[in-house]
Amino acid sequence: MKKILFVVLLFASTCSHAALNIFTCEPEWAALAKELAADKADIYSATTALQDPHYIEARPSLIARARGADLVVCTGAQLEIGWLPLVLRTSGNNKIQPGNNGYFEAASYVTMLEIPARLDRADGDIHASGNSHIQTDARNFLPIADALSKRLIQLDPANTLFYHNRLQSFTQAWQAALLRWEKQATPLKGTPIIVHHNGFPYLNNWLELKQITTLEPKPGIEPSAAHLAQVLAQLQRTPARMVLRAAYHNPKSSEWIAERAKITAVMLPYTVGGTSSAIDLFTLFDDTIQRLLVGLK
Amino acid sequence: MFKYAPFIMALFAPLSAHAASDEDLRNLGEQIKQLQDHQQQRILQLEQQLQQNVAAPPQNVRPTGSAAAFNPAISLILGGTYGNLKQDPAMPATGFAMSANPGHEQGFNLGESELVIEANIDPQFRGVGVFAVDPAGGISAEEANVQTSALGEGLTLKMGRFFSGLGYLNSNHSHTWDFVDQPLVYAALWDNQLSEDGVQIKWLTPAAMFIEIGGEIGRGRGFPGTDRVKNGSGAGVLFAHMGDDIGIEHNWLAGVSLHQTKRVNAISDAVPDMLNTAGGVSNSFTGDSRTTGLDFIWKYAPNGNTRETHFKFLGEYFRRKENGLLTYNNTATDSYTVTQSGWYVQSTYQFVRRWRAGLRYDRLDSGTAQVGALNITNVASDYHYSPTRKTLMLDYSPSEFSRLRLQLVQDNSRQGLPDRQLFVQYIMSIGAHGAHQY
Repeated sequence: MKKILFVVLLFASTCSHAALNIFTCEPEWAALAKELAADKADIYSATTALQDPHYIEARPSLIARARGADLVVCTGAQLEIGWLPLVLRTSGNNKIQPGNNGYFEAASYVTMLEIPARLDRADGDIHASGNSHIQTDARNFLPIADALSKRLIQLDPANTLFYHNRLQSFTQAWQAALLRWEKQATPLKGTPIIVHHNGFPYLNNWLELKQITTLEPKPGIEPSAAHLAQVLAQLQRTPARMVLRAAYHNPKSSEWIAERAKITAVMLPYTVGGTSSAIDLFTLFDDTIQRLLVGLK
Repeated sequence: MFKYAPFIMALFAPLSAHAASDEDLRNLGEQIKQLQDHQQQRILQLEQQLQQNVAAPPQNVRPTGSAAAFNPAISLILGGTYGNLKQDPAMPATGFAMSANPGHEQGFNLGESELVIEANIDPQFRGVGVFAVDPAGGISAEEANVQTSALGEGLTLKMGRFFSGLGYLNSNHSHTWDFVDQPLVYAALWDNQLSEDGVQIKWLTPAAMFIEIGGEIGRGRGFPGTDRVKNGSGAGVLFAHMGDDIGIEHNWLAGVSLHQTKRVNAISDAVPDMLNTAGGVSNSFTGDSRTTGLDFIWKYAPNGNTRETHFKFLGEYFRRKENGLLTYNNTATDSYTVTQSGWYVQSTYQFVRRWRAGLRYDRLDSGTAQVGALNITNVASDYHYSPTRKTLMLDYSPSEFSRLRLQLVQDNSRQGLPDRQLFVQYIMSIGAHGAHQY
């Protein structure tokens, strides 16, 4: 404790301006950074919930934002492979290059699912390090928050105590929320579902949903009429209760299948901002579970 | 106990709304105890899970014993074109016989296949090699450069062979073009793309919006340069770009460029003259060449989600002034000054996932040359013709890695020789995931 106070005093005297500039790739990491750093950081999200984070261009605004960032917080696992490396390279900012303290990949701190046994683009746009949509399992936020808080302390030791306390209160509140969500989600256990894009394995794993198939024939390949007909035939043999999609997915395919298979099409916020109720991490999962429960009825 | 206080408070929150009787309170006490037991179990579980998660080592760490573990990112771009042209593609645009004329290929041709190899060299440098495989055999280095990755302060230094950062399209590789070919102004004034052997420095200012300033010096390898083979620099480029988002749906980029080179004995063959010499004549020019350019791009996507539908508008203008001495057909040498310019506007629209349509309009102005007295009866000074071209494009991309394209062209770039052209093209990539350049 004394040690911490000493460090705090030491840094308080040397740097008066401490606001960290945080560049996040997706809204969920902006929301997490907000929980952990509150007003000690200026936080920017490169994407919104209505954008597919894989299909982003290295826009001038992103490069300009990365130029001034002290910390980049992204999913990693190749989700942003099409644009983030280019943004980082052209930013001329040494702090945020991979391998440096200013580069944080959330996927490094959770157990990855669906790591492909074979890497072949004939299997669609798959990622070598596993499925990158880790934010759909609320449990994943605990280890990521822990690691991110440590990183904040590394970059801004003057506020060590502050980050420490924020992490503690976030962790407690999150654990409480996990209990609540899991209790609420009990009726969902074992529910057979289909999904638009294979972007829900972590959610399925957490809430024990049973995924039957996907509308996309292969990851990143558009659902074709022929494939949708196959899915429809498959649903007659193995019925599902609902078809899930993220806020940024085109609703057409899932509505088409929902109407014909007489199941419910459920749009999930997927990340913070995906629906008007999902305004932070807590309401993101409140709304996700609420929508799933409504879909079950 | 302190640790669990928030849970209990959270559980109480809905209950505390109404006044409680003694019995209620007793029941509550029991319920709380049950809940506490349950929660403690759950927390233990969670903590175990948490430990497992935290303890999980970074994924996919493969043994790095073999030298191959440091393999760079490699991708191969495969492209092929079928071209159907009515006129001989070797004919330059009217008034531009002394400019570049990269032309087109007729019939089936392999087009350009490109091998891209890139990786970090060490913490300071990154290396990129782009090798074009010539359909006739042979390999040429399209780009081969190293660039700094740790200068910081927004600075990037590039050394080697690279596509100049002037304009917008110049630094884009052919597989990222929205049409089969480059705009006429790029074809005539830059021989499709200005490539340079030299040094480039770029500085991204710390401003909130994107403002980038860059400069290059090189040997003057690419047209209009004449490949200086002695000490010093043969060509210089200055450029500045600025851009930003407007809301989440719109974004733009605008730039200005300046290119300067000294041309020495630049020879142009088959140049038409005032005497109507059959097959044209061979002229040689020595003098200064200075080109200024403007570029502007605007993009729009509903909700900023480019995957569904998006729209792109792009326009560039270049103006080149050449001032020096012209030798007419190895005979008379006298002064020659001309200002040529050209522009294009194009737009592409992804109207439904996977499908894009594009339109382009090109125009060139060959200007009026001031020809010295000795050559006034030989060298044409004004062609009284503005070359134009209209292009229509439709492409289909089954995935991020493949694209098929159809292009129809109404070409009026050569006076009296209108051409209707048709192109079919495929562009595919294997290997490392390409970058989504702006």
